[in-house]
Formats: sequence, structure tokens, C-alpha cells
Amino acid sequence: MSRALALVVSGALALAALAAWPLASAIAQDTLPPAPYAYTQLEDPALEAKANALMHTLRCLKCQSQSIADSDAPMAGDMRHQVRSRILAGDSPDEVRAWLIERYGDYVSYSPEVSQTTWPLFVVPVLLVLAALFVLLRRLGRGRSDKIVSESSLP
Amino acid sequence: MSTAETRSGLRLWLWVPLALFAFFAGLAGYMLTQEKPEFVKSTMVGKPLPEFTLEPAFDGLPGASSSDFEGGKPRLLNIWASWCLPCIAEAPQLEALKEQGVEIIGIAIRDRPEDVARFLERHGNPYTRIGADAISAVQLELGSSGVPETFVIGADGTIRYQHIGDIRPEHIALLKAELEKAQ
Amino acid sequence: MIAEIGLAALWLAAALAVLQMISGAAALRAGDGSTHPLAIYARPAAIVQAVLAVLAFLMLLRAFAITDLSIKLVATNSHSMKPMIYKLTGTWGNHEGSMLLWVGVLALAGGLLAGLEKRLPERTMGATLAVQGFIALGFYAFLLFSSNPFERLPVPAAAGIGLNPLLQDIGLAIHPPTLYAGYVGLSVAFSLAMGALLTREVNPNFARAMRPWVLGAWVLLTLGITAGSYWAYYELGWGGWWFWDPVENASLMPWLAATALMHSVSVLAARDALRTWTIMLGVLAFSMSMLGTFLVRSGVLTSVHAFAVDPERGAFILALLLIYIGGAFTIFALRASAVSEGKRFAAVSREGALVFNNVMLSAILAIVLLGTLYPLLAEAFDARVSVGPPYFNPASAIFAIPMFLVMAVGPLLRWKEDKPARVQFEMLLIAALLIATLAIVALAGDYPLLPVLGLGLAAALGVAAFLPLRGRKLSRVPTAVWGMVLAHFGVAVSLLGMASEGAFTEERLAAVAPGDTVEMGDWLITLDSVAPVAGPNWTAIEARVAARLGEGEAVTLTPQARNFWSPAQATSESALLTRWNGQLYAVIGAQTPDGRWQLRVWWKPFVTFIWYGGLLIALGGVLAIVGRVQVDVKRRKAAELGEERRADLAALTPEPAE
Repeated sequence: MSRALALVVSGALALAALAAWPLASAIAQDTLPPAPYAYTQLEDPALEAKANALMHTLRCLKCQSQSIADSDAPMAGDMRHQVRSRILAGDSPDEVRAWLIERYGDYVSYSPEVSQTTWPLFVVPVLLVLAALFVLLRRLGRGRSDKIVSESSLP
Repeated sequence: MSTAETRSGLRLWLWVPLALFAFFAGLAGYMLTQEKPEFVKSTMVGKPLPEFTLEPAFDGLPGASSSDFEGGKPRLLNIWASWCLPCIAEAPQLEALKEQGVEIIGIAIRDRPEDVARFLERHGNPYTRIGADAISAVQLELGSSGVPETFVIGADGTIRYQHIGDIRPEHIALLKAELEKAQ
Repeated sequence: MIAEIGLAALWLAAALAVLQMISGAAALRAGDGSTHPLAIYARPAAIVQAVLAVLAFLMLLRAFAITDLSIKLVATNSHSMKPMIYKLTGTWGNHEGSMLLWVGVLALAGGLLAGLEKRLPERTMGATLAVQGFIALGFYAFLLFSSNPFERLPVPAAAGIGLNPLLQDIGLAIHPPTLYAGYVGLSVAFSLAMGALLTREVNPNFARAMRPWVLGAWVLLTLGITAGSYWAYYELGWGGWWFWDPVENASLMPWLAATALMHSVSVLAARDALRTWTIMLGVLAFSMSMLGTFLVRSGVLTSVHAFAVDPERGAFILALLLIYIGGAFTIFALRASAVSEGKRFAAVSREGALVFNNVMLSAILAIVLLGTLYPLLAEAFDARVSVGPPYFNPASAIFAIPMFLVMAVGPLLRWKEDKPARVQFEMLLIAALLIATLAIVALAGDYPLLPVLGLGLAAALGVAAFLPLRGRKLSRVPTAVWGMVLAHFGVAVSLLGMASEGAFTEERLAAVAPGDTVEMGDWLITLDSVAPVAGPNWTAIEARVAARLGEGEAVTLTPQARNFWSPAQATSESALLTRWNGQLYAVIGAQTPDGRWQLRVWWKPFVTFIWYGGLLIALGGVLAIVGRVQVDVKRRKAAELGEERRADLAALTPEPAE
């Protein structure tokens, strides 16, 4: 009997919460609608593809770690609007990225560019390739003898 | 290559993992003591104010544009919104700055005219002009990533300083000093 | 009462870890032949410790099941109105609970090792258990002094705060347990590697002992990562299955090391080669697990998955890392040169291919480590950078592509020495498949480079995986070989899914009113209606979306935008339509001012293959374990039979004449 009552009460609470929903979402959040291109794709599929690819590599500044393509935050929407508007106006994705980096620094782009602060990211893979070649040549080169001698393990 | 040589060559390489780990541990230990930066700073500080023109945010004051910052004296550019709770906290400090003769031009982010009017009625109006930025366009141009933020704009129209977060009483002297420097 | 039992069990387990450590060290010190009196306690201590740690975990589980609000952890992470399954899985949906799961698995692994492993010399076993006990001790200390899950509230809470809605999902039942079983299971490999290093017993015998543990942990880790990827994909609402997020990387790095280790230990067991590699990888794999634990719980890296941000706890874990990883690497540097070289082999040989595999996997591991830690390094110099998919994808591809190419022919090579000419036909076949696929895709349209390469490699690998079976009687192929075939095929399947999703995904984003239809490729998507619905602890706006492919029947999808009230959070519940050749992914967003609804739909061709591939890989690993057990049983039976026969023969042989 009490379980049925609990269900009824929770149902009533649910409906009350639902009624209060529009109010609840207005606290400490802006009330204006999203920017025009925040949730609208560009007409030209090729331009939209370029914009989409770019948006997946730009960081949402108000989120913990998401691209602006994956975030519903209003600022992410505004950034998407800027990206799409500029691509539509003829800017290249690199130019749009550069525009954002000029304002927020490297942090806003998930695609690090070669610079004073990021050079190790690009040098290390090269070093790793060299190290890999070195290890492989030493390990496999040595063994390329006609007489493969087997060694016993230490006692 | 003799076995002895290869073994001693190997011996040196065996220390590489430890060395790399020690480097990491040092870095991690150091970073644990540092405060994590919560905010993203604008990289426009030192550069000229980007051109913009904004419609008035509400009936009572004219809109804002970049030309309003040129000539005469340094001014404060305050980015705020009526739905922003810390903006309520910084309202008295903005009043204090206005009383000390500082000109404050505001940009209201994603705000309706009636909400702007209601906020100013309740918490005071320190602004000479307020522009309406419905899609955060100017906010993005400035490299600002949240509300409230305050920029010190020099008399020549260059962005001189960025203050992130609400202005607390202890920041008033700091902002005045930056305004002095920007002469 | 529950909390006190749990806490007491933890303290006792910690005490037993000390006993295990001392006893194991005593066994190590004893010379050959003699046994130290204390040495006998190591195994029983490990087993009882396992029982106690599991008991402690079960106590916490019970506390969450009955929503005991006098316990702080339950009050801050649970709610009496949650469905039971989420009450239970919520036990590890927080820092302290997941840490207790971590320690529980660590103790359980140690107990199983002590109970089941009888083949190793006593000294090595002692050293291994001592190391395992030593590690357990550090983490018990961390739990008891810094993250006590059984802390009581002075006044029981009236109601719980509730579990994060994103975690109220079946994924929480699968992903953490398998993941933790996987990378904490690698602790056994670590302890065995250290034991072997300390007692200079790096040989095939040791490798045979270590192999099942590595395989088991690796299978579970593969399942855990696969589950996590799928969970993020459908739960977060935008169809992303991997973002190179620091927490994701924290699980990938042990997996990369474990994959290399698994191959290496097989070579050591079969051919007595790659000794130093195996030890290094054994130490590295669990070190990556511990490193991951540090990154995820210290707050030094920004992540969407971070579930604990506490520099103080981070410092504690870092201290543990210094002792364990620093200690292990030091012992490795001092002792590994004493490990003799092992049997040699030619460059073109199965061993050679596996060395190449090891080097490539290690390089990818280094790239992932660099990219994950780089933002931290930059911050130390007051610069802020973000490193994401645009870096990780190409950088790891540099090493992954050669690795896949060698993986295609490696299993075909003979042990010790082989000639390239012998596998000419197979190599040509693989090259032909690769080039043909690349050509077809390149001609079909303008697709990004890496996905196209992925498609080519997937096609080549998919066929190459079965080539080792060529010319063999299928009924006589050992189970372990089937395991290898299946696992490699799984890699190809997964790669196909990843590449296909990357190249061919279509997306449509539109503001629609009920009754409107939008087109996306061959699909017609109609928004039928939008209505409010309610659940046990949430309310939502549910859209009914009809999806029709060309002339086909319409299928209804019901994406929801949910609002939970305790804690207050909005989530997006995606609706999926799975076909054999892909998934339709629908999400409903906010309402526009003019009353229309934001509808976002994707068609992701073959995306499910990513996770099917993962399951195949894990299944391959299971077959490998089964195969080893079969071989073991057969060997033992044969040995027994041999003994019997010798006894019979001795009984039948007439007494020698005087």
C-alpha cells in the first residue's frame, strides 16, 4: 500500500517539477535565443563540412574539455556562429582558427601549431622515429648472422 | 661488437625510464603546488581595440562603439549581464569608480532591454553608454570568455589591462593604477 | 555497523599486507634450499587479505544498497529514490568508492596469485608477494588516511544529494569494474616482473607463469575501454567515441603497454627471447595504471571525465608513485643488465616482427604520454595549450601504420629465422588489397587522408588475420592460434569502424516543427510529436521521430531532453537505430522562439564495428587463455600418463638375474 502511495507522490512531484521547469532553467542563465548559426548548418555542404571539421578542433572555453561542436553552452553556440559566418563569408578554416588564437591564445585550438611554446610536440615524434630505427637496427641488425648462437640463462 | 660493450651500452639506456619518470614527478609535484588557472586570459591586451558598433542595450543610454574609446582619457570597458550573479556583487565598486571620475562603458551580453533596465534600477547605473551584444560577437572579438570582465582601454584606444571576474573593493586601487598607467 | 565492519576489514587487510611483505622478503633472503621460518606466511596472508578487502568493498556496496545516509559518501552520492541498480553501481561512481574498488581488485589479484600459482620457485614467489604486499600497503594507507569511504556523518543526512545523472546508466555497471579489473590486474604482472628481476629468474618458466595474468588483465582492460567508449558515445549526446581526453588516455596507456607485454611474454615463454623487454613492459604497464590514477584524481589536468580534483590527495598518490615507479625503475636499471641476453633471432622472423611491434607500441605510448602531459608542462611555463585529436591522430598514425603492416605478415613468419621470399605471395596479396581499397575510396570521393588509410589497412588486415590458417587442417589448429586470428581480425574490424565513421558520417541539424520532414542522404526524418514524460527521478521532453530509409518502413526513435532534480542537471538522451551497416543517432535540443525544435541527426556508417571489433579482440584473448589451459591440461595428462606407463613397465620388467 505504501509503495503505491510513494509512486503517487513521486508522480505528483514529477509533474510539479515539470511545471516549474521553464522557471528553473532561467536562473543565472541568459534568456536570449542562440545565435543564428549556432544550430543551423550552412546551405553549401562543402562549406558546412569545412566549418564542421574546424569546429571539432576548437575548444569550448566554458567547458571542462569539449569542442564547440560537442557543447550546448551559449558561448559555444556563439563561437559556432562566428565560425560558420566567417566560412560563409569566404574565410579559410585556418584564417578563422588564427582569428580565435589571436584572441584567446593556443588554448582555444586543439590543433597545436608549431611555435615557441609547442615545438617539443613536433620534435619528439621525429626523435621517436629515429630512436625506433636505432633500436630496431641494433636489435635486429645484430642478429642477422649466419650462425645463430643460443645462450643459456644464468643459473 | 662484443657482448661486454653491448652490455655497458645497454646499461646506460636502462636509466632512461627512471630519468623520464623523475622529470615527470618533478613537474607534477611542482604543478600540484600551483593554483589551477580557472579563467582563460585574453591575448588582446596590448593590441588596439577591435572596431565595433553596438545598438543601445536599453532606452536610457546610447549604444557603444569602439570610437567612444578614442581620445581624451583612459576608460573602463565593463562586460556584464543582468543574469550574471557576480555582476550584482561588483555594482557598488563600479559606482565607487564612477564617483572617482572614471568613465565606464558597458557591454551587456545576451540581455533583453527590460532585464537590463531592471538590473540598473536595482543595482545602480555607473555607465555612460551600454551596448547590446546579443550573440557575444564583441565579447569574442575582445578575447573575453565570461562575465563579468573589465578592460582598461587607453586614451589611444589600446587595450591595456584585463580584469577577470567581479571587481572587489581591493581591486579599485589596482584599476585606478592601471588607468593612470594608460594615460 | 556496516561501516565499522568495512573499516575494520580494511585495517586488518593492511596489517596482513605488512605481514605478506615481511614474509615475502624473508623468503627472498633465504638461500637456496633453506626456508626462513617467516616465509610460510606470505601466501595465506595474501589470501586472507583478499577476503578482507573484498569484504570491505561488499560492506560499502551494502551501505549504498540500503542508502545508509549516516555514511558521508552515501549521503553525498546517492539518493533513496534512485533505482536499485544505480544505487549499487553508484558505489564506485565517486572517488572513495572507486578507490576502494581499486584496492579490492589489487588485493583479490594478489590473493588469486598466491592461491593459484604453484610453478614458480619459492624465492621468486616470495619476492613477488612481497612487492604485491608493498604496493597494497601504500594504497591501503591512501584509503585509510586520505579517502576513507566509511566516514560517518555526525548527524545522518535527511536525503542524499544523488548520483550524477550521466552516471545513472547501465554503463556504470560495466565500464569501471572491467576497467579496474584490467589495469589493477596488471599489478600481478608488475609484481611478477619485479620478483623475477630480484631473483634473477627471467626465463620461459617465469613467462609461462606470468602469461595468464597478463592475458586476463588485458582482456578485461580491452572490455573496459570498449565499454567506456560506447557508453560515452550514446550517453553524452554528440556521438563522439574517443576524444583523446586525459582520462581516456589514462586507460589507453596501460592497454598499449599491456598489449606489447602480452606479445613479449609469449615470445619469452616460447622462445626464451626478449627478456629485458618483457621485464621492462611488465613494470611499465602497471606504472601507467598508477600514473593514470594520479592524473585522474589529482586535478592537474582538465578533463570532462575528472571525478576528483584534490591536490592534497594528488600529492599522496604522487608520493606513492615515487616509491613504486621510482623504486621499480631503479631496480630495473641496476639489475636488468644482469639479465642475460636470451636466444638470438634474425631480423626477418616472428621474433623480429614482435620486436618491431613492441617498438611501435612503445612509441605510440610515448606519443600519448607526451600529448597528455604537454599541457601540464606548458602551464609550468605560464603558457596554455590544448592538445587534442588533430595532434594525436596523425602523430600516433606515424607508428600505427607501419605496425599494422608488419602485423599483417608477422604471424606468417617462422620463429628464429625466415626468408621474405617464403611469404611473397601473402605480402603481395596484402599489398594488393591495400592499394585496391585506397584506390576505390579515393575515386569514390574526397575523404580525409587518415580515415582512407584506415579503410585500406582494415581491408588488408581483415584478410591477413586469416592467412596463418592457410594450408592447415582447421580442426587441428590450436585454440590459442584461433585466439590470435580472432583478435587480429577484431583489430581490423575496429579499424574499419573507426575509419568508416571518420570518413562517411553524415549530419543534419535543423529546426523542425511537428510534422516537418528533413532529408539526410537517403534518409527521411520526420518529427511526429513532442511531449513531456516523467521518470523515477527525472522529467523530460520526449520527441517521437520517424526515420525512413528510401522506400522502407518508418521506425520511431524517441530522443529525450531530460531534467534531473537531485542533483539538478540536464542531460540529453540520444535515440539510436542500429542497422547492419551503421547507426542512426538522433538528439532533440531546445525549442526555438518560434516554437520549432532543434533536431540533430547523424548517420554513422559501420560505427558499431568499433565496439564489435573490441569485443572480438577480447574474445580472441579469452580463446588464447582457454588454449593455454587446454595445452596445460594436456601436458599434465601426458606427463601423468607417462609416469603411469613407466611405473607399469617397471612392474612388468623381470628382476635382473643374479
